[in-house]
Amino acid sequence: MASKAAGDWSSDVFKVLKGEGVRQVAYVPDAGHTNLIKRCRADTAMTAVPLTTEEEGVALLSGAWLGGEAGVLLMQSSGVGNIVNMLSVANECRFPLLMLVTMRGEWGEFNPWQMPMGQATQAVLEAAGVIIQRADTPERVAETVASAAAMAFDGGRMVAVLIGQRLVGFKDWSK
Amino acid sequence: MAGARTNRKITLDRRRVVNRILKDRGDTLLVTGLGASTWDAAAAGDHVNNFYLWGGMGGAAVCGLGLALAQKTRRVLVITGDGEMLMGMGALATIAVQRPKNLAVCVIDNQRYGETGMQETHTQFGVDLATIASGAGFAETDTAWTMKELEDSLPLLYETPGPVFLDVKVTDAPQPMTLPMRDGPAIKHRFRETLLGKA
Repeated sequence: MASKAAGDWSSDVFKVLKGEGVRQVAYVPDAGHTNLIKRCRADTAMTAVPLTTEEEGVALLSGAWLGGEAGVLLMQSSGVGNIVNMLSVANECRFPLLMLVTMRGEWGEFNPWQMPMGQATQAVLEAAGVIIQRADTPERVAETVASAAAMAFDGGRMVAVLIGQRLVGFKDWSK
Repeated sequence: MAGARTNRKITLDRRRVVNRILKDRGDTLLVTGLGASTWDAAAAGDHVNNFYLWGGMGGAAVCGLGLALAQKTRRVLVITGDGEMLMGMGALATIAVQRPKNLAVCVIDNQRYGETGMQETHTQFGVDLATIASGAGFAETDTAWTMKELEDSLPLLYETPGPVFLDVKVTDAPQPMTLPMRDGPAIKHRFRETLLGKA
């Protein structure tokens, strides 16, 4: 399951999201986002919106921005494959889109079925016009999210923070 | 009103339907799904409270959800097509979980993919979107086949606590293209400035 590192940075990321005035938190769960999702669900100023598929999050946050609210989309790298066409809405309209993507298929992964999408994640996002910021050490995650939030909300861009699998851990199949 | 799995004859004209619905809109915020629904809304008359989707197939209903959650004191209406709704059917479950009291989703259901050659959609074969919305947990759902039934459903769209869902069965008769503004940032800025004031 997720390593202990999963919880170390999520409190700081939550504070960044609060500071940015994030109101709608859309997500498809990932083990790496467990603590952040819990914090957001418990916050009365935030609306947590579980999705059936990640592309809903792109459309949801477009609507949120139309109504004056900032949001964030939490997902696993597999979900990037589900959102590509919907990104065209945010891209064409220049809707701010902040995505926090926990990576699979890159660091110590031994589920071969996770490799194709994990290895394609950054290239797919870049091809769709998304700005990429990576965080591969725990102390860099919150500041990277803050940077990405500024570029998204102030700069009117789609920005994804790729949170390295090294931070999230990988499934230990021996347990 | 009968659901989709009947052999009732379809007679409603989509332009007349959307015109009638929007006549009563008041200060309702409108999101339209790509294709014919966007053209229908344009034909009914451009409006500063309209957000026209020209892409993002499958995203109209859940875009309306984001707007409804952000603007809880305003009614939000999504008008979209059956093909667009079918592509994002999970949105019905996502909306139902949020229970937005101010959100109405209206599908203008001609049982065809209108922009690509009028191929049949799943609703042509009996897939009943109102029943699916009901099963997802929408507060109230209905299907309208006649102008009388549409008239009776207008309170559902504008007054009934949501989320509510209305499927309106319309013919597949071709309509003249009536295109609204299509520059994404321009549509967005106009909508936001009207609603929120100058940035």
